[in-house]
Amino acid sequence: MIDKTIDKSLRWVDDRLGVAKGGRTFLDKIFPDHWSFMLGEIALYSFVVLLVTGVFLSLYYIPSAHEVVYHGSYIPLRGQKVSEAYASTVGLSFDVRSGLLMRQAHHWAADIFLGSIAVHMARVFFTGAFRKPREFNWIVGVTMLILGIVNGFLGYSLPDDLVSGTGIRIAYSIIESIPLVGSYIAFFLFGGNYPGNGLIIPRFFIIHVLIVPLVLIGLLAAHLGLLVKQKHTQFPGKGKTEHNVVGSPMFPTFMAKTTGFLFMVTAVLFLLGGFAQINPIWQFGQYEPYQISYAVQPDWYMGWLDGALRIMPSWEWVGWGHTIPLEVFLPAVIFPGIIFNILIVWPFIESRYTKDLAYHNILDRPRDRPKRTGAGAAMLTLLGMTFFASSTDVLANFFQLPLKDVLWFFRIAVVVSPIIAYVVAYKICLEMRAAEGIGKRKRAVVIARSESGEYSTIETAPRPGDGSAELDAIPVPTFIDLVPPELATDEGVRRVMR
Amino acid sequence: MTDGPRLEGPLPPAALDDPHLTPYAKHPERAQAVAAIAMVVGFLAFIAFGVAYWVDASTQWEAATLGVGLLFLGFGVTAWGKYLMPQGPFVEERHAFHSTEAEREAMTAAITERGGMVVKRRKLLGGLFLLGSTAMGLVLMFPLIRSLGPKPGETLFVTNWKKGSKLVTIDGREVSADDLEVGGVLTVFPKGFTGSSPDQVILLRLSQTLQPLTPPGRTDWGVLGYVAYSKMCTHLGCPVGLYQEQTQQLVCPCHQSIFDVAAGAIPQFGPAPRPLPQLPITVDATGILVAQGGFNQPVGPGFWERS
Repeated sequence: MIDKTIDKSLRWVDDRLGVAKGGRTFLDKIFPDHWSFMLGEIALYSFVVLLVTGVFLSLYYIPSAHEVVYHGSYIPLRGQKVSEAYASTVGLSFDVRSGLLMRQAHHWAADIFLGSIAVHMARVFFTGAFRKPREFNWIVGVTMLILGIVNGFLGYSLPDDLVSGTGIRIAYSIIESIPLVGSYIAFFLFGGNYPGNGLIIPRFFIIHVLIVPLVLIGLLAAHLGLLVKQKHTQFPGKGKTEHNVVGSPMFPTFMAKTTGFLFMVTAVLFLLGGFAQINPIWQFGQYEPYQISYAVQPDWYMGWLDGALRIMPSWEWVGWGHTIPLEVFLPAVIFPGIIFNILIVWPFIESRYTKDLAYHNILDRPRDRPKRTGAGAAMLTLLGMTFFASSTDVLANFFQLPLKDVLWFFRIAVVVSPIIAYVVAYKICLEMRAAEGIGKRKRAVVIARSESGEYSTIETAPRPGDGSAELDAIPVPTFIDLVPPELATDEGVRRVMR
Repeated sequence: MTDGPRLEGPLPPAALDDPHLTPYAKHPERAQAVAAIAMVVGFLAFIAFGVAYWVDASTQWEAATLGVGLLFLGFGVTAWGKYLMPQGPFVEERHAFHSTEAEREAMTAAITERGGMVVKRRKLLGGLFLLGSTAMGLVLMFPLIRSLGPKPGETLFVTNWKKGSKLVTIDGREVSADDLEVGGVLTVFPKGFTGSSPDQVILLRLSQTLQPLTPPGRTDWGVLGYVAYSKMCTHLGCPVGLYQEQTQQLVCPCHQSIFDVAAGAIPQFGPAPRPLPQLPITVDATGILVAQGGFNQPVGPGFWERS
């Protein structure tokens, strides 16, 4: 009955759009299985949660710096003059049912969105998945990372609380530090000298909820479209070549697994949103440009920039009637500029260096490319060091050390530690390559103990994915039918029609 | 990459017990039971979420019910996919997606030759189109960018502090000479501009014995041990809000720049490049603290136009 309906409706659509051929190919599309291929899915599903919770928040949030008197249910704030943005954020947290859950899940989703992008990107980098023909997708991915960081910062700024307001102040000064045009850009963006004409919140709002998400959705479509067109890369293994993809089919296996994963990622984000308090703006209070609190740290993905600002020496260049605040411009504009540019052009740097112009659909094991692995380790170490440098004050307190020593530690560490990381990673790769059999999946062995206390090993039956006895891959069968009950064996074997 | 073999026509028959289609689970019934239980738990948790919402339970209850629902339903579906659906391995051939050499040449030719025919011979039209669209791009910058805000002009160089401006607190209360004990600090603004960001000033009362340390030419910028500095950090404009009385240092909580207030607020540590601008103050006939004039330098972080 349902089959007939599906057949009829498919015919109707196919008459008009011709979807059957491509649709069938799509359902048969093969996705290789590896845990590391799910990292990008975490980012994708966090983005879905961001969109849904974000729409919810936008129904209650008022993007306005207009001053109002708070009358909501949070007693310590009652009667205080606050901005509408702040009041509405506190309001949607306390006076809208499920509002706090949605808001905190949104914030957690943003942090995890960027975190999973970073880890996904590291996977793509270390396995060489960015090589020809996937350079476009690498660039699309880096662009999404940059936009994600920008949008995270903008969203973080919208509640107009004391901590995020300080962040906006810093952003203003960073823009101002750009030679020649900096103060003009800052004045245009903010509508005047800091804090501007009160339009920065509505401006950030429209960039945060419309412009960047629109671009992100477009890039995301391109990212997935390119993935479908170019097909997923795969790790080397039995029957896996540069000319095929081995794995499980889109429908039903992959679809079931990935739908389940969507639910589970969402579950984690909402559990965090409900149990792990994040950004309690009612404790920080309304932003005032002359107030500040101690130990101000931005969200994690801005940490590397904040750390770079902290450890930069106070080198301001003055001459010919002009000033270049290098102590801001270098760490906050040039440094991220260099990092992102290196990331974007990396596939081309590498192919120029290796003179490798071939197509690559089989992934590298990181150990087999010691120089790339070393370079990636150096980059991660550099960014990790600048990230930790954003908590110099906290670390100095924790370890009871003079702030000066902590600062100098990081100044030296950002230069020295990437070099050490490169050498160590390089050496580890060489060692691992030299050892035989490392990383190969072995067949499970059961150790049994007999009644007399004797131990013996029993080899288990081969399973798909065992290093020793992998099945040969076959094309996806036309359809899979359950064996009629009278033919079924005890093991529930299914009949195949191809 | 070469074109892999394409599978066309009817596919070959497969054995009845093809291992590619047997479920991954050793005991499919058990796997099904686990998945079913998970989905039932998920279903019940969603119902519980509905109840939690209905009775307006706490955020934690909402998260627990919704989270458990999503987690278990997701787990059930994943287990169904992983343990009960055919795992293969299945294979799909990759096909080269680049075009043939002839197709590439045809595409290039279409651009260059047609372009040669109708564009290169009409250089005037091409030039005029470029001219027009460039002009459009430039003039559109006015509404799209220039309208956004005023030009910086002199605003970064001046504040609202003038000769005779009374120092007032954030509540607008005038500050008199006996308001602060030695070691006390207060954030003040010029009267009429309370809360204004560039005008924020940190007023400190130091022990008068430290007066000789103030830079030459500024000995009379303070009065009765009072000195006033811009509260905007010269690094990134954060309020320099932490005062350590023992060492007479102002600390910026953002990036830990430290300024020595007893010696003209010169930066002693951290990324701040310049001293905090000083506001010359004195006490008027009624005992109220007033400014002798504006700051000795532009306030806040560095920018290009500054000399």
